[in-house]
Amino acid sequence: MTDAQISPRNIPDRLQGGGARLLKSWEALLFVVAAVIFLGNSLASPYFLDPWNLSDATFNFTEKAMIAFAMALVIISGEIDLSVASIIALASTAMGYAVQLGFDTPALVTIGLGVGLLCGLVNGLLITGLGLPSIVVTIGTMSLFRGLSFIVLGDQAFTGYPESFAWFGQGYVWWVFSFEFTLFAVLAVIYGVLLHRTNFGRAVYAIGNNQTAALFSGVRVGRVKFTLFLLTGLMAGLASVCLTSRLGSTRPSIALGWELEVVTMVVLGGVSILGGSGTIPGVVLAALIMGMVTFGFGLLNVPGIVMSIFIGLLLISVIALPILWQRARRRPVH
Amino acid sequence: MMARLLKNREILLVVAIAVLLAMIALRFPAFVAPSNLARVYSDTSILVILALGQMAVILTRCIDLSMAANLALCGMVAAMLNNAFPGLPIPLILVAVMALGGFLGAINGTLVWKLNIPPIVVTLGTLTIYRGLIFVLTNGKWINAHEMSDAFKALPRLDVAGMPVLSWLSLVMVVLMFLVMGRTPLGRAFYAVGGNPHAAVYTGIDVGRTRFFAYCLSGALAGLSGYLWVSRYAVAYVDIAAGFELDIIAACVIGGISIAGGIGSVAGAVLGALFLGVIKNALPVINISPFAQLAISGTVIIIAVAVNARAERRKGRVILKKAEAV
Repeated sequence: MTDAQISPRNIPDRLQGGGARLLKSWEALLFVVAAVIFLGNSLASPYFLDPWNLSDATFNFTEKAMIAFAMALVIISGEIDLSVASIIALASTAMGYAVQLGFDTPALVTIGLGVGLLCGLVNGLLITGLGLPSIVVTIGTMSLFRGLSFIVLGDQAFTGYPESFAWFGQGYVWWVFSFEFTLFAVLAVIYGVLLHRTNFGRAVYAIGNNQTAALFSGVRVGRVKFTLFLLTGLMAGLASVCLTSRLGSTRPSIALGWELEVVTMVVLGGVSILGGSGTIPGVVLAALIMGMVTFGFGLLNVPGIVMSIFIGLLLISVIALPILWQRARRRPVH
Repeated sequence: MMARLLKNREILLVVAIAVLLAMIALRFPAFVAPSNLARVYSDTSILVILALGQMAVILTRCIDLSMAANLALCGMVAAMLNNAFPGLPIPLILVAVMALGGFLGAINGTLVWKLNIPPIVVTLGTLTIYRGLIFVLTNGKWINAHEMSDAFKALPRLDVAGMPVLSWLSLVMVVLMFLVMGRTPLGRAFYAVGGNPHAAVYTGIDVGRTRFFAYCLSGALAGLSGYLWVSRYAVAYVDIAAGFELDIIAACVIGGISIAGGIGSVAGAVLGALFLGVIKNALPVINISPFAQLAISGTVIIIAVAVNARAERRKGRVILKKAEAV
């Protein structure tokens, strides 16, 4: 993958214009794929094009996409956070526990977000404070956070959430636009601006491309990474509020395996797993594609585990195909 | 002398396990009776075998998250073979599952070697694919004890010289891996590739191919464990050993195998697995809910990686030299 990128010694004679670059970009390809899947779905099932059905379909990806935005920044900076699904479980367990103590909706949301932030803080301190590799730390906290909810809940479940709490996962802002989808759209804009239009976003790219160089050019590497893990924790907390509200119950196995789907979403969106490149529009398109694929399969009665095979294949092939494509194109030149 | 001893990971782990056992023995002397310790070892045998394979992969700066899914798929295939042809000799099944496991590992290895896809992405992907394939094969059906032949179920429990075959098999694997890592060019290559891939290239080692072999090895060991798992618990279904990949990685991290590659030993991997095995078997004895096990493994992983990082950190940090090299 590294030799495919343009190295300093391999600068092309003529830079491509903006239009050509846009057409050849990963995002353009994703857009075409999304359009094809949309068309295929609407031909395969007569129920697909109904506005309310489409609105239902968005619930497949909105919660995961919220985390994916923050995860994209983490991966662009060259780190990874595998504990997000466990943070959802722990935050949900905390909210369920609070319900038993008689807390009302605003307090529940605060607790959910707070626990998410706290988990992000733990990850951030271990990774930037002690300088430990993020993949092992978050594999550890992944067991720890979910383990804590298993200790609290065992094989039980928390239910009995207040009625007003259901709005976050089941409420609609206007017509078919659910609260979750609106939140997803707002967050997409916020993260797009944060990554592509601010100094902070520049710093994230700089760290991902060359951490040492970033450090020497005055980027506070530790602080930026710490903020990113806090942000990911907060987003996982937010997703936990939405998911718990939508399901109306908490089990310790809630959101099991979501870390895989979030990472797949980010990588499918064109973010390099090695860090340094990727865009938010790409992640948005990837979220739409994954949501539509799972919804389309659902309409065709494909079982969930078969869908997961497809997602695994998707993850590998979106990375492998561009590499194969580049090789096939390079060969005739020799 | 004392400081050197304290820095030796294996000795530190032996001491930690001894202290752990001593603490349990204070209240439950029966736990450290030789017969019970043998039982704890046999319960940990599969984890030991898997940790050996994961160690080879991690040494080359890769990771194999698909081991548990590979195990489950191979275990299911073993059970299906036995169910369809009850007369099939067990050694033949063993060879078949190891070949299948090795093949599944080779898929991981090829993707890492030929396409240069980051190992974590490859194995995250194959993890879901392999486990999904079990569902496709079986339609979610279980294969229960009465559908397996007696010979199939008996082998791991068969008592030889006071220990079950399961324990002996894992000991044989430990010795074999010890020889491979210490006495063969391949073992040297694992360390060389992980220690410094660029330098390894200049000494004539094919980095990609070495990683490929590491994945084949971990795959074959996962396949063997698949048979052992299914025959020991006498049941095969889609979700067997789900999440076990974390235990395997935990065993390696606890055993002092550096996730950055190049550092680690067979003894470390075995002791790391034993450490987890003792904790797992002690929890019900000291009356802690089995639900706490996940949180405990998580905490142990974090502590172990923090300790590792301290041990690996060099005395003086030469930041500028490093920057020049980049």
